[in-house]
Amino acid sequence: MPYRHTIQQHTYNFDTLTTLLAKASPFRSGDALAGVAAADYKERVAAQLALADVPLKNFLEEAVIPYEQDEVTRLIIDSHNEQAFAPVAHFTTGQFRDWLLSDEADPVTLKKLAPGLTPEMVAAVSKLMRNQDLICVARKCEVITTFRNTLGLKGRLSVRLQPNHPTDDPKGIAASIVDGLLYGSGDAVIGINPATDSPDHVATLLQMLDAIIQRFNIPTQSCVLCHVTTSLQLIQQKAPLDLVFQSIGGTEKTNKSFGINLALLQEAYDAALTLQRGTLGSNVMYFETGQGSSLSANAHEGVDQQTCEARAYAVARKFSPLLVNTVVGFIGPEYLFDGKQIIRAALEDHFCGKLLGLPMGVDVCYTNHAEADQDDMDNLLTLLGVAGCNYIMGIPGADDIMLNYQSTSFHDALYVRKVLGLRPAPEFEQWLIKQGIMNEEGAVVPVEDRHRLLQLIN
Amino acid sequence: MKDIQKTIVQPDPWAELKTYTAARIALGRTGTAEPLDALLKFRLAHAEARDAVYAVLDQQLLLNELRSLRQAAFVLHTQAANRSEYLQYPDRGRRLNEKAIARLKAFNSTGYDICLVLADGLSATAMNNHTIPVLKLLLPLFEKAGLSVAPVCVVQEGRVAIGDECGHLLRSKLVAVLIGERPGLSSPDSLGVYLTFHPTPGLTDESRNCISNIRPEGLNYQAAAEKLFFLISESLRLQLSGVGLKDNGNANTLMC
Repeated sequence: MPYRHTIQQHTYNFDTLTTLLAKASPFRSGDALAGVAAADYKERVAAQLALADVPLKNFLEEAVIPYEQDEVTRLIIDSHNEQAFAPVAHFTTGQFRDWLLSDEADPVTLKKLAPGLTPEMVAAVSKLMRNQDLICVARKCEVITTFRNTLGLKGRLSVRLQPNHPTDDPKGIAASIVDGLLYGSGDAVIGINPATDSPDHVATLLQMLDAIIQRFNIPTQSCVLCHVTTSLQLIQQKAPLDLVFQSIGGTEKTNKSFGINLALLQEAYDAALTLQRGTLGSNVMYFETGQGSSLSANAHEGVDQQTCEARAYAVARKFSPLLVNTVVGFIGPEYLFDGKQIIRAALEDHFCGKLLGLPMGVDVCYTNHAEADQDDMDNLLTLLGVAGCNYIMGIPGADDIMLNYQSTSFHDALYVRKVLGLRPAPEFEQWLIKQGIMNEEGAVVPVEDRHRLLQLIN
Repeated sequence: MKDIQKTIVQPDPWAELKTYTAARIALGRTGTAEPLDALLKFRLAHAEARDAVYAVLDQQLLLNELRSLRQAAFVLHTQAANRSEYLQYPDRGRRLNEKAIARLKAFNSTGYDICLVLADGLSATAMNNHTIPVLKLLLPLFEKAGLSVAPVCVVQEGRVAIGDECGHLLRSKLVAVLIGERPGLSSPDSLGVYLTFHPTPGLTDESRNCISNIRPEGLNYQAAAEKLFFLISESLRLQLSGVGLKDNGNANTLMC
């Protein structure tokens, strides 16, 4: 259905909702690369003006990718909860933005609303919002998940300890784990990106992580970020697997390029639930996403990259994940060119995910060919801390020597916790205090050179 | 100054763990922050990586060295007019510009076994530092094996797939693209090589084999040249590249 807006006798026409969403999106290099971005600044605002008048109901009637053609669209439409949607069903997208920022939209109301919202609705409203709007609304959403600890509580910020090593050398990985734990990181998960995806290899790493967690009785979970089919095989082999990991995208074709579909994810989810390894809860999935993945796989179907990203959250939502994170700056400058675009995209992703009810974390990161540096990451990290992000990555010195990109360090996590008064997950915090790593006030304290964690290696 | 800093900074009593990993562990801290020493080391590494991305191929050096190796060469440019275009429009770095196509066509190649392409990729620094030492070891191996080598294509603003067009226009059985890899903080000048048998525009990554991390601190020149020669010989013998081509059964080091 066509949409239009007239500014000073010039009428801007937008043939479809898909086009309208793309042209209303704040500028980023990936949409220009895909040829879906607005032609100029004014057309972008015209699209936003037109989008503000689109009733939220339209998003249920006009799919950005046809229902018959795409299983993610079918999932979105078939799982939509009319009853939860009712309180906002009469709004236009613009009214929805104003309402979200009002005091009426309190944490309880937003939590109840989540199943009534679709990715396209939240993507659309995000395009009308400024960065402070995205932060302000996301901060009102509390999404709590549990496995061996409680993640996402208000006033808490967790960290994925990412001890990657270029050859997966066990001692090299263990050295980074010790470093991270002694800096108070690791409550979200201790998660390794393996150098290779072979099942035997992944099983070895899982056993090593399981042994560390058991030996020191750490209230956290482990993950080796391998393909879901590898995890399924390992579950059958009774490997000590806590969480099933998978990269996911917002179109059926993107997921196909990852070698997955919804049925396969369901199979893995069901299998992981049977293990019952969580002591506090059974959120057993860990998903990663990132704007640009659909375009990169030639699978965006004319949909802008931010809307594609929000659609990936519908896939995640179906499997009640413990963790979701957008690896925002990893993909490269052809999708997000500089610090400004990376920061905007991260705030959008965090907002959209939270509004849809997901436990959002963000990999605050960049590659060396992007126009970004540590100052941009400091800005984004601080903004996300304010926005109530569930977790960030913790990497020694922010330098991932396996994946060759820069993220946030253990020091960065301490910084943001300190300046914003945020604390680790409660069970993990107690463990840190008991180990003499952190004091009751939340400050890290110097450890003795005979600390038991240091006896892990040698 | 240094002594004063030492008393302010809280060291980590696990520095010996650094023997197990190149990761930036046991940095110590001041308050919650990294000590300045660590911060500036990081900043220097990032500066080297950034400079590598914007470095320019040293054409004169490469051409002089190639001449001394008795190797003819073309200097070619892709459709990406500059670095900014190269970074934002990857496809433009995968196709030659009209002038380059005209030059290769006018050459009227009668066919070769091997076409070597030298492309800046994301690190011209890698190209400037490591290509010639590798070629000095590699070219004599080709000569000894009686393999014919097309004039070398030196390509500016090039991506891996540019080799397919060069190899195709020069009617070569195989193309090997030597290219600067995306710089990491610890490796601003890492060279990669991508092999494609029967190069044709439009091929994708599954039809290629790759050797990566060529630099003195990674895969050294001698080992890289030997590995490359082995793969090229095998590719020509088996008339294929990609998943079907294995390096002594160790597929993981091959597929990128």
